[in-house]
Amino acid sequence: MNSATKKGDTGRRGPSRRGSATTGGATDFGTWFLVLPALIPILVLSVGPLLYGIALAFTDSQSGRTAPTQWIGTLNFSDLLHDTLFWDSFRIGLLWAVGVTIPQFLLAMGLALLLNQNLRFRWLARALAIVPWAMPEVVVGIMWRLVYNPDAGILNETLRTLGFGEGRDWLTGLATALPAVILVGIWAGMPQTTVALLAGLQNTPHELHEAAALDGAGAWRRFRAVTWPALKPIALSITALNLIWNFNSFALVYVLTSGGPGGRTRLPMLFAYEQAFRYGQFGYAAAMGCVMVAVISVLLAVFLAGRLKGGADE
Amino acid sequence: MGTSRPARAGQYLALLAYLVFLAFPFLWLVSTAFKAPRELGDLHPTWIPKDPGLDNFRQAFDEQPLLQAAGNSLIAACSAALIAVAVATPMAFVMARHRSRLTTAATGWVVVSQAFPFVLVIIPLFLILKNLHLINSLPGLIMVYVVWSLPFALWMLVGYVRAVPPELEEAAAVDGASRLRTLVSVTAPLLAPGLVATALFAFITAWNEFFFALVLLKSPEKQTLPVILTHFIGAEGVADLGPLAAAAFLATLPSLVIFAIIQKRITGGMLAGAVKS
Repeated sequence: MNSATKKGDTGRRGPSRRGSATTGGATDFGTWFLVLPALIPILVLSVGPLLYGIALAFTDSQSGRTAPTQWIGTLNFSDLLHDTLFWDSFRIGLLWAVGVTIPQFLLAMGLALLLNQNLRFRWLARALAIVPWAMPEVVVGIMWRLVYNPDAGILNETLRTLGFGEGRDWLTGLATALPAVILVGIWAGMPQTTVALLAGLQNTPHELHEAAALDGAGAWRRFRAVTWPALKPIALSITALNLIWNFNSFALVYVLTSGGPGGRTRLPMLFAYEQAFRYGQFGYAAAMGCVMVAVISVLLAVFLAGRLKGGADE
Repeated sequence: MGTSRPARAGQYLALLAYLVFLAFPFLWLVSTAFKAPRELGDLHPTWIPKDPGLDNFRQAFDEQPLLQAAGNSLIAACSAALIAVAVATPMAFVMARHRSRLTTAATGWVVVSQAFPFVLVIIPLFLILKNLHLINSLPGLIMVYVVWSLPFALWMLVGYVRAVPPELEEAAAVDGASRLRTLVSVTAPLLAPGLVATALFAFITAWNEFFFALVLLKSPEKQTLPVILTHFIGAEGVADLGPLAAAAFLATLPSLVIFAIIQKRITGGMLAGAVKS
């Protein structure tokens, strides 16, 4: 199996060396000396494993088996096609990714617009707004478990105080588990999105804004005509990245529900993790990873097309 | 400018709502951590602990090897941060100053690696590290963390290098300084604040990381803090809330302190990246 890794290395290094020769020796010995300390770990532990992983998807590799691993063609993929548990998990993953990304974007947009205003305590608000970013995902999960706790949690207590009944066990209810987990996902990813949008807002031309205000354009018109065109590329990038990150997320849901109840929050990452490290089905789990990459690639392509279109508008 | 009074009031109200939404889970964590164990059984939990104490913290340290886990996390995060910055700086220098297919490929990798599904990488990584006898060892985990923090480190550092005027480097070159010499005595001092910010960011990333640590470390005495934290939650999903909250609170403090220090730079770095793209 190690040959796959090695092949990945030389395959990647070959073209770049040739490429440098054609650009008039820009990549000379000194440059290689500067680049190699980062390039070697990247090739061995990032590019290599990626290619190795794709290769594994076409084998019957299992953990702790003494018989040699064999090529089995696309058997894993045809098994996957009929694995209803996987497609359930996949559907939940898409629901989760979209359900988190869109509200996250709208909420972050509102917050970024507010933080871009000349309000008092803006510095404090900006500092507080990015606190969730600094927290370990595991702690975020634990924190929200405490909030959602049926007896000792503040959510049910608030509902009781406001007279909305006795509350419920949010994370173990079949109907409430996924929405409850999605809310945590929205909360956890707000800071990155807000900071990216805020950075974009601060690049919008101020003069245009004032000119539009002088011409009597209302707040909404000014946003549509001046702010949004300048913000669009950043908004598109951060949304696409959020979709990808959310689709790949693991730790939050692992801590909150471990995929339960009855698989209602079993994201594809959790499913693949169980297949690989609980049941030892390396080949099969790698095939799942490939399918996830394929979907992510499609999302990336859509994102790039959107970006190109955004560039043409300018 | 021309914002009316009611509109201003509305803005403050909206901002307050955001801050409450973002802050309340953390305040609840702190509240739970300092409550007496007896009080956690109460049917009507309150925001302010009635009889605040450190019992939960004591119990947390008794139940799980928190100190050892914190030590492991510290070693892993410090090593990963230092190595990542050491190997990323020269590469970022080349990426910012030269245009070749190599740098284009590197930039492409920085973007694409953001979309890597860890599940496709983790199985091969597990097998590769197993062959190298680096499974269940901190050095193995550190190597993974270095590679894993490189995309963002490179991205930040390329921005910082671009902010250093190339004229200075050209002047040094005219004076006969070698490439390495220029990097060490001209560029590096100007880059120092950026290097620190990048290192601290890599530290937080590694300190907070969970998935790789969960898969790559098996024995409890090697595990890092986030993995040990999940041990407070029992198999049935039942957790002893007090110690859980206390341990989670302690595990967050280092990240929060460091984040407070580099907060401005991260936002600034994002800004620089946004302008460049």
